[in-house]
Amino acid sequence: MGVEPAVGPGDDKWAPIMRAALAGDEAAYRRLLEEIGRAVRAMARGAFSRMRVGDADIEDVVQETLLAIHLKRHTWDGGPKLAPWVNAIARHKIIDAMRRRGARRLEPIEDFEAALAAPEAQDPHLRSDIERVMEKLAPRQRDIVTAISLDGQSIAATAARLSMSEAAVRVALHRALKSLAAAWRSATQ
Amino acid sequence: MKTADLVNSLAADAIAPVRLGRRLGLALALGAAASLALFMAGLGPRPDFAEAARTVRFDLKFVDALALAAPSALLCWRLMRPDARPGALALLLVAPFALLAGAVVAELLLVPPDLWGTRLIGTNWLHCLTLIPLLSIAPLTALILAMRAGAPLHPALTGALAGVAAAGVAAMIYASSCADDSPLFVASWYPLATLVVVAAGALAGRRFLQW
Repeated sequence: MGVEPAVGPGDDKWAPIMRAALAGDEAAYRRLLEEIGRAVRAMARGAFSRMRVGDADIEDVVQETLLAIHLKRHTWDGGPKLAPWVNAIARHKIIDAMRRRGARRLEPIEDFEAALAAPEAQDPHLRSDIERVMEKLAPRQRDIVTAISLDGQSIAATAARLSMSEAAVRVALHRALKSLAAAWRSATQ
Repeated sequence: MKTADLVNSLAADAIAPVRLGRRLGLALALGAAASLALFMAGLGPRPDFAEAARTVRFDLKFVDALALAAPSALLCWRLMRPDARPGALALLLVAPFALLAGAVVAELLLVPPDLWGTRLIGTNWLHCLTLIPLLSIAPLTALILAMRAGAPLHPALTGALAGVAAAGVAAMIYASSCADDSPLFVASWYPLATLVVVAAGALAGRRFLQW
């Protein structure tokens, strides 16, 4: 089991990857999201343990943060650093999550550069936020997200199976992700 | 669903991201155009507009409204980013108030004290208090809708700033109709009308700018 190196404060190795991702490099984007996921997981775990909030559902926060990072990626200014922007979004989502779990006193959250990146825990929790909010999607949208997420299908294969155009599948997927974020927000507020 | 599964969907979603600056600028332009159309249809500029435009007091109303609208719109744009630092731009918000304060002092020096009361009350304060909020509705709505694409860390504050920008736009339109030009009038009633819009913006921000 490899431990990812910590992300240093002056580290802008993410910024060029994000630029490539925004220009359409899907493989780079996937790698970046996975790396960010590990960093956010470590950050959330640190924050939850300092606040003595159980970390059984830490993966919910990681997923909500990744979804926000994806849907709000146009709010990154495209500068030399991506990490401060990721930190700001992650901190916002982690604080939200801790508030929901009834943490009364909020301590400052360390940036993830302080923590070692953490791999996803092996034991899948019983019923995650994302499964609950998936139920709120329209059936067609849920079908598309499931096919692409769980079955790892491509847009093209999904389009062929559902007799839709690829463009329509892309739009449906995008709308589904936006609905997921909205449902998450209203379900947990 | 595991996080790796979710990443599959996120990576596959290649719909072009929003261009924030363009969207915000467009919203401001459309909102202002809608309010201007409403204003021209219902009220229009005052009859002596051309003569008034040659007086300092009249022109100052527009300068002041612009000095309010421009920095607040820029701040809105900046605060849509989660890692935003408002910085020196926030200080620019002092400009319209400093300008107004200076104008008030000048007016107090130029105008005999027994006229201060009439100048302050003017004739149109009720118009001012109702029309500025009314003319703010379109720009505020457009701004809030556009800003939903953003990720502001302080939704209520960001919404309030959108209210300031919208009130600035509305004040610019309304000022061409208002017969009261004295800085004493402007300093009393315009900020009061602006506050109403700011409160609406803060409420809208808290409700619609969460993400």
